[in-house]
Amino acid sequence: MSGAEPTYAEAGWDERVGLAPPALGYWAGAFRKLRRKPSALVSFAVLVLIVLSCVVAPYYARDVSRTDPFATNVGGTTMVGGKSLDVLQQATNGLGLGLTPIGPLWRFGPYALGADDQGRDVAARLLYGGRNSLLIGAASTVICLALATLTGLIAGFFGGIIDRVISIFLDILWAFPIYLLAISLSIVLINQSIGIGPLQLTGGSLLLPILIIGVVYVPYVARPIRGQVLSLRNSEFVLAARGLGVPGLRILWRDILPNVFSTVIVFAPLMMALNILTEAALSFLSVGVQPPAASWGTIIHDGEALLYTQPMVAIAPGIAIVLTVLALNILGDGLRDALDPRAKLRVG
Amino acid sequence: MRLFRKLPMAPALAAALVLGSLPAIAAPSGPHYGGTLRLVAAAAEGTMDPQVNYTLKYWQIFPILYDGLVTFQKAGGTDAFKIVPDLAVSIPTPTDGGKTYSFTLQKGVRFSNGQTLTADDVRATFVRMFKVLNPNAGTWYNVIEGGDACVKTPASCTLPGVVADDAAGTVTFHLVHPDSEFLDQLAVPFGSIAPASTPAKDMGTTPIPGSGAYMIKSYDPNKGMVLVRNPYFKQWNAAAQPWGYVDEIDYNFGLTPDAQVTAVENGQDDWSFDNIPLDRLNEIATRYPQQLHLNPLLAYWYLELNVNLAPFNNLAARQALAYALNRGDLVKLYGGPALATPSCQVLPPGMPGYAAYCPYTQNPGTKWTAPDMAKAKALMAKSGTAGQAVTIITQTIDPYRALGVYLQSLLNQLGYKASVKAISPDIEFTYLQNTKNKVQIGISDWYQDYPAPSDFLNVLYSCANFHPGSDTSINMPGFCDSSIDALMQQAMTLSLTDEAGANKIWAEVDQKVTDASPTVTMFNPKHTDFVSKRVGNFVFSGQTYFQPELAWVK
Repeated sequence: MSGAEPTYAEAGWDERVGLAPPALGYWAGAFRKLRRKPSALVSFAVLVLIVLSCVVAPYYARDVSRTDPFATNVGGTTMVGGKSLDVLQQATNGLGLGLTPIGPLWRFGPYALGADDQGRDVAARLLYGGRNSLLIGAASTVICLALATLTGLIAGFFGGIIDRVISIFLDILWAFPIYLLAISLSIVLINQSIGIGPLQLTGGSLLLPILIIGVVYVPYVARPIRGQVLSLRNSEFVLAARGLGVPGLRILWRDILPNVFSTVIVFAPLMMALNILTEAALSFLSVGVQPPAASWGTIIHDGEALLYTQPMVAIAPGIAIVLTVLALNILGDGLRDALDPRAKLRVG
Repeated sequence: MRLFRKLPMAPALAAALVLGSLPAIAAPSGPHYGGTLRLVAAAAEGTMDPQVNYTLKYWQIFPILYDGLVTFQKAGGTDAFKIVPDLAVSIPTPTDGGKTYSFTLQKGVRFSNGQTLTADDVRATFVRMFKVLNPNAGTWYNVIEGGDACVKTPASCTLPGVVADDAAGTVTFHLVHPDSEFLDQLAVPFGSIAPASTPAKDMGTTPIPGSGAYMIKSYDPNKGMVLVRNPYFKQWNAAAQPWGYVDEIDYNFGLTPDAQVTAVENGQDDWSFDNIPLDRLNEIATRYPQQLHLNPLLAYWYLELNVNLAPFNNLAARQALAYALNRGDLVKLYGGPALATPSCQVLPPGMPGYAAYCPYTQNPGTKWTAPDMAKAKALMAKSGTAGQAVTIITQTIDPYRALGVYLQSLLNQLGYKASVKAISPDIEFTYLQNTKNKVQIGISDWYQDYPAPSDFLNVLYSCANFHPGSDTSINMPGFCDSSIDALMQQAMTLSLTDEAGANKIWAEVDQKVTDASPTVTMFNPKHTDFVSKRVGNFVFSGQTYFQPELAWVK
């Protein structure tokens, strides 16, 4: 029957019966819009799956690959079809030159994705590498968004000389080629320990790439936020608050910040995707995560020397990066549509 | 006018040519003569000054650009270790108890700028050697009378121990004491004779005229180098300086080792300097076995341990590492047993004084068989150095990078907190030498300058070659043992009269240094050369490796 009365629980009930929908809060409304975007939901599921896989890395290394992904295993062997095979196999044809790591065995066991040039299990390193790549991506995003929000709010709200100084600083930072700046900072900092208050950062610390990546992208986010604050500063509710004698900082905290928060949230997945790519690039160039720790970028670097014989060493982390970045970008687009449909944010 | 523009030479020389006093010499002709040989490498190797540059890359090139009084024979295999007269008419017998060498010069030899080579050029060259701070001036050439004073105050160096007689065409060297390796040291590229007018400073990218079969037409470290025939070269001794087959040699820089292999494979280049990447070795060896040449070397790869810095200022810690090192794994990382042989000692097989010795293995004796982790861990406990931070210095390229990662894993197993610092191959060698960099452990290698045990033991481990704070402190570990120094002096003196007896002492020195472990030997490498299909007459000299002037492309 086509004229069946819709029930309240059905989607679109409000519109179909011609009634105003029940009042939903901003966040609840946004969440509802997000739920209606299957691409964003699938992306979110993919991300959850990737994160969970990386979380179980230690268990995978202990119970499945049964190798230490950080120790070299040049003389190691593994059982394949009841036979013991060298993990690094000496060429037997021609002049007997060269050494080839064992290829992907495509099994739920040791060397599922093969070995790298040190005889380490690529699958185990891929999961451990994912932990570092995701951690660096997420932590640097938090740092970047916090710094960008702070500078954007201060510059936009206080204006005048403060705005000019901050804007010039952001312009200078933005004017640098980002990778060149990040590589320069990495080389300097990796080769010597630095102290920030009680915190002593050594060359191999993950905090270094986190801080470097977190800082270099601040202008990307700070400038749009500053623009939004400039606009909000002259809005009626802010002028009213000023007229009532509300202190500036209170206006910033209670009236401005909540209104730019949705922008910050929209930026989060997009920046995280960008930061993961940057981390991979720095690690590929040997100035990000330092061995024996792994990240997807370092594994691609390890695989570069094996492209002719064992391309899977480079391809596997490449696929992981593509999947993660794609999922983050689609999720970011979904969030933008849900939270801030008028915005035209694009990163990268 | 056109003549001047076409010829790359000084106006004075151009004027001389016009006057007809300096006829250029016709290049040889024959079925294999002519064409361009194209060499390729990842990067240049710095200065083109033969009295300063101390790298294999250019020591391969200098012998075809320059001549010394004597030189190593241009031949394949171990024949290349034979010293033959070059600018000298013959090799003189030393007089005055081995302290005086008098050379008579070949007549009519000209530099590539047309100028005639004289006895004064020879004398000036050796004075200049001290003024440009030659890396080995203080260890090799200071045996010439006045040499020590020149090392102390290079600017005022006069070197009275070298006497030139232009009229007679003779040069006489007076040494402070007999030196059995003096001729070897004259035969290496540091002994290349340059015009007396050459400025007493590192000439960098400005070519110095030489008397060899080829001359530098252009040199740009960022792009490459072009060598053409020296128009004034006339072959006087084929064993010392033969006519080259090709008319031009182009040396291009900037391709990765992988791209170099592809370029040679495709015939775009004829020979690549850098090692064939590990993952392409099998492909090249299988598909192009006729174009791949494998040769043993008098060389070793080692870990240098700073004996003046924790944790390797502790003998037990150094020996623990020597026992723990799985040299079989290291050989694998270098390319496999066909490319390297595990070793525990300093002197390589084939070197005079070599006596097989390996204490750092299970079942110690003459050959490495397997690591002894139990002994290594006991020594670690004895050293009390576990838990200390150790930074490994290596190069960014393979196999150095791979060896560094392996070593990091091993040091972590021994209880250290190890990290790897990979730096550019261009600077690693000097970085390791300077004590200001506080290097604890580094990966390095040493290839013979000439086939004498002192070139390994005396050069790398004598107290005289440790110069704190200097980039040219070739004794990288900072090792100094007066009793070993005395033994080395004894061997060098004895070698003048009793080479066999001297070699026995060198073997003893080798064992003592190995026991003290300022360095831990990993393996002795072999050398691979991959040439294009069109290259013929590939000659590998044990002294200078691939000899480009003897190869033909027609």
